[in-house]
Amino acid sequence: MNVAIVRFPGSNCDDDVAHLLRRVLGASARFVWHKEHELPPCDAVVLPGGFSYGDYLRAGALAAHSPILAAVRRYAEQGAPVLGICNGFQVLCEAGLLDGALTRNAGLTFICRDVHVLVEGRPTPFTAAIPAGRLLRLPIAHADGRFVHPDVEALEAESRVVFRYVDAGGGVTEEANPNGSLHNIAGITNAAGNVLGLMPHPERAGEALLGSTDGRLLFDSLQRHLSGSLERVDP
Amino acid sequence: MKVAVHVTLKPGILDPQGQAVAQALRRLGFAEVADVRVGKYIEMKIDSAHMQGDVRERVEQMCRRLLANPVLEDFSIEDPTP
Repeated sequence: MNVAIVRFPGSNCDDDVAHLLRRVLGASARFVWHKEHELPPCDAVVLPGGFSYGDYLRAGALAAHSPILAAVRRYAEQGAPVLGICNGFQVLCEAGLLDGALTRNAGLTFICRDVHVLVEGRPTPFTAAIPAGRLLRLPIAHADGRFVHPDVEALEAESRVVFRYVDAGGGVTEEANPNGSLHNIAGITNAAGNVLGLMPHPERAGEALLGSTDGRLLFDSLQRHLSGSLERVDP
Repeated sequence: MKVAVHVTLKPGILDPQGQAVAQALRRLGFAEVADVRVGKYIEMKIDSAHMQGDVRERVEQMCRRLLANPVLEDFSIEDPTP
């Protein structure tokens, strides 16, 4: 497995993703600077978390128009796997590769803690190997994580909600919603199912030492998807 | 010339920042404050020598492509001033 990790000025979870891929999973990872116009040959692309361009104007807005995003768009249009984590999710929304937008948390504060999310929706390369209904414990760390969408019912009808904030028992409650996201949405996929964005940080939950290994499941799933031992997700 | 753009949250989009500002104003004794919405004011200097086409149309394109997010925000453009 060979993954390209896009680096913007202000990315700060890029090394965490590389660590998980290289040191924990034994995969290959290489960084791609935002000014590049082409992606290197790779099996998947990750847009990592952080504060690209200092979150100026809106989180992810300026990164969405950087040169590398044109290449990421072409890559995504071929049906190849693209994962946006936290700021990466914001970038994908701003770039129009995912629907909706992420804006200021309802409670206004930056929230940094573990949450539970339920895996559901249609299978994506990053979630197909995770049994539906599985609860994951993952950290969040964001100020702009409130998911907004003009037609959230359509998103639900197409089973494009892939992660939902729930309580420890799996209940979709208001208390379990850390940021005021519509329908407790923590992550969504595109219509083709190959582009996934989520606010929680799976790369920070890939080793027992970090308190949870649940985040590893997304990358294990990707590995199985790429090796063909999973049903391919048809766009 | 100068062009100014106002970017505001769409009606119906929760504005926690505006709510916090409203609360603070009421605490300062401005009991008449019923609601506050916080937006952005963007001022641009336009180089007429590089202007292609109509300034208003160009600024509208800037708003659609970058300055405002259509999911969350509306925008309005002030008349250009020299």
